[in-house]
Amino acid sequence: MWSGRQGRLRPVGCVVEELRCRRREREAALRKARREQQLVSKRLLRDDVLEEVEGGCVAKILGEAEIQQFLRLAQRGTEEKERERALVSLRRGLQHPETQQTFIWLEGSIRTLVGLLTSSQALLQLEAARCLHELSHSEQSAVAEACLPATSYLLTYLSGHSSDFIELCLYTLGNLIVESEAVRRQLLPQGIVPALAACIQSPHLTVLEALGYALSQLLQAKEAPEMIIPSVLGSTLPQHILRLLQPGPKLNLGVAVEFAWCLHYIICSQVNNALLIYHGGLSTLGLLLLDVAGAVQRTEDAGLELLACPVLRCLSNLLTEAAVEVGGGPNQLEDERVVAALFILLQFFLQKQPSLLPEGLWLLNNLTANSSSFCTSLLSMDLIEPLLQLLPVSNVVSVLVLTVLCNVAEKGPAYCQHLWPGPLLPCLMGTLASSDTEVVGQSLELLQLLFLYRPEAVEAFLQQSGLQVLEQHQEEAQLQDRVRALQKTALHR
Amino acid sequence: MQLPPALRSRLVGAPGAAEPLPVERDPAAGAPPFHFAARRVRFPRDHEFFEDGDVQRHLYLQDVLTQVTEAPERPRVPEFTCQGAGCCQVFDTLEDYEHHYHTLHRNVCSFCRRAFPSVHLLDTHILEWHDSLFQILSERQDMYQCLVEGCTEKFKTGKDRKDHLVRRHLYPADFRFDKPKKSRGPATPVATVQVLAEALGDDGEQSGGDAMEVCSEHAGPLPERVGERRTYSHRIPSTICFGQGASRGFKSTKKRKEHR
Repeated sequence: MWSGRQGRLRPVGCVVEELRCRRREREAALRKARREQQLVSKRLLRDDVLEEVEGGCVAKILGEAEIQQFLRLAQRGTEEKERERALVSLRRGLQHPETQQTFIWLEGSIRTLVGLLTSSQALLQLEAARCLHELSHSEQSAVAEACLPATSYLLTYLSGHSSDFIELCLYTLGNLIVESEAVRRQLLPQGIVPALAACIQSPHLTVLEALGYALSQLLQAKEAPEMIIPSVLGSTLPQHILRLLQPGPKLNLGVAVEFAWCLHYIICSQVNNALLIYHGGLSTLGLLLLDVAGAVQRTEDAGLELLACPVLRCLSNLLTEAAVEVGGGPNQLEDERVVAALFILLQFFLQKQPSLLPEGLWLLNNLTANSSSFCTSLLSMDLIEPLLQLLPVSNVVSVLVLTVLCNVAEKGPAYCQHLWPGPLLPCLMGTLASSDTEVVGQSLELLQLLFLYRPEAVEAFLQQSGLQVLEQHQEEAQLQDRVRALQKTALHR
Repeated sequence: MQLPPALRSRLVGAPGAAEPLPVERDPAAGAPPFHFAARRVRFPRDHEFFEDGDVQRHLYLQDVLTQVTEAPERPRVPEFTCQGAGCCQVFDTLEDYEHHYHTLHRNVCSFCRRAFPSVHLLDTHILEWHDSLFQILSERQDMYQCLVEGCTEKFKTGKDRKDHLVRRHLYPADFRFDKPKKSRGPATPVATVQVLAEALGDDGEQSGGDAMEVCSEHAGPLPERVGERRTYSHRIPSTICFGQGASRGFKSTKKRKEHR
């Protein structure tokens, strides 16, 4: 069902332990960057481990004379193969930052390269594009910005048909997009949004994945909510993105990951989410969630959390839209299979990526908060106990689990009837003893609801030494009022 | 985390939901000193709640981009020749052939055999170069359409359009796919050469009347080539093309030698 394109989801082969260590370092760097709001920097995407050899030959630094010679040969050589080879040599040299610097400062070099990019010799075109791609990759702003004269052509070529070439243009554009706001301020009037909207109709998966990547970088830009997302929403891109996220035999994981992230950046920017709901976003995402949960059960593929994460976020944020609050119709998510899928994913996260548990529980909160239907589903599908099993994971997870339980309990006696007797109260005794104030606070809220709607639970609470547990927190400023209120309720039963 | 066995079958079952239990709230619920209220929560872009997921996403991107920078090693096939009209290029990988085909044979003008990178540019070219009605109409209304996909502006003259491209869309002044047609009919060989020659001598400024075509090797002046082309062009009928079937540029001396 999933036409897997596994290639991109596996790291380049290396010793496992080295990889893990390297990965931890990269993770720390990314975390730091995000806190400084620098997560969209090219430097981070590039990652300095890239001094890999290409097919055994180390990239040699080229001097001015050599560069000029290669350019001359490429432009005026008599033999096609000779011209191609010259460009290939140039490209290899351009992997080196020093060569890049020399190149961009050489008079006429970019102009020549752009000329070759627009030549009718297809293979020269391709090699010239690869040279540009190397330059676009650079961490030096001057080098990347030297590619700007080529952007109108890169965009023009997106309407072409050669999938390899288009893919290359897209990754080059993606690099340039990430470079700086100045670059984006050129790309937008040059028509990057309509160009992408036309290109997204391509049937080629490699093109689509590259497009999704470039678009996701565009949407992640700092100025995106004001400058970019409105025109994206005004184009046909949203409909196409949703189309590409439709579950089914043609769904490709690599492509879906990119467009799910695109959708996430659009939605969390809160520009016009009603439009996405109008185009059936809720139902597409809901069905996609079911699909991902199904895939998770079938395969060991660790890449699925890359898709699950943005889908969860999109659904969760969309559920807060006013358009969804008004009940009934296609704007509502009413299918309890979504809850089943979510729990399958929670189990998957617990095993593969525990850091995603809070996000999954956030969706569960948004599903259950205002919905008697979903709260009933939790009960009828016996999901309370699995939920409780997540309590020990972390304090953040505990608070979220308790919040969801509160969502259920606050709906009244009919719901609390299913919460006690049962494993809830013993678990609550555990969370009440926590050292974390927020965990205890949320436990107290739940206890109040339980006592109110299920008074029989009070007796059981007292028998399990509940009062002693409460006493521990009597002096805690944020808790004491609630503790006292509960003590009073328990004693005056 | 133990899930009830019925859950998996529920996933593949029919859509729908159980009849909700009746909701019955007591006003004391969540009343001070308590404060719980069930509510949906939204997080904006930069919220720290998203940190972990964002970091995972970027780790993945780093891996992807590492693989993208490596030029792919394509499987080689036995050499074959392009079957395009008059084209004799030889290839040994399918990807190279695909790119060649799309560059030179795909969006080809049936009137003058020029190739364009996209259908959009081809259509614009045919309209402006080969449609006699266009000339007539353009005297009375704005007919020159903007080349940027998605922009619906039209202009009285090619020059106005160019100004628009430069000012509004930040296009280069010497954008190679927007060179106004010289005021003659479908290009004759002589015209072609002159046109090419002018283009070759062109230093990037707009001297009116360069060929609107894809095949630009006029990245820089190539003086030694011009003479050759001028000599040959008179004698070659317009229907014969060498090497790349689509354009009448004489790109490859090698191929020309082969055809003598």
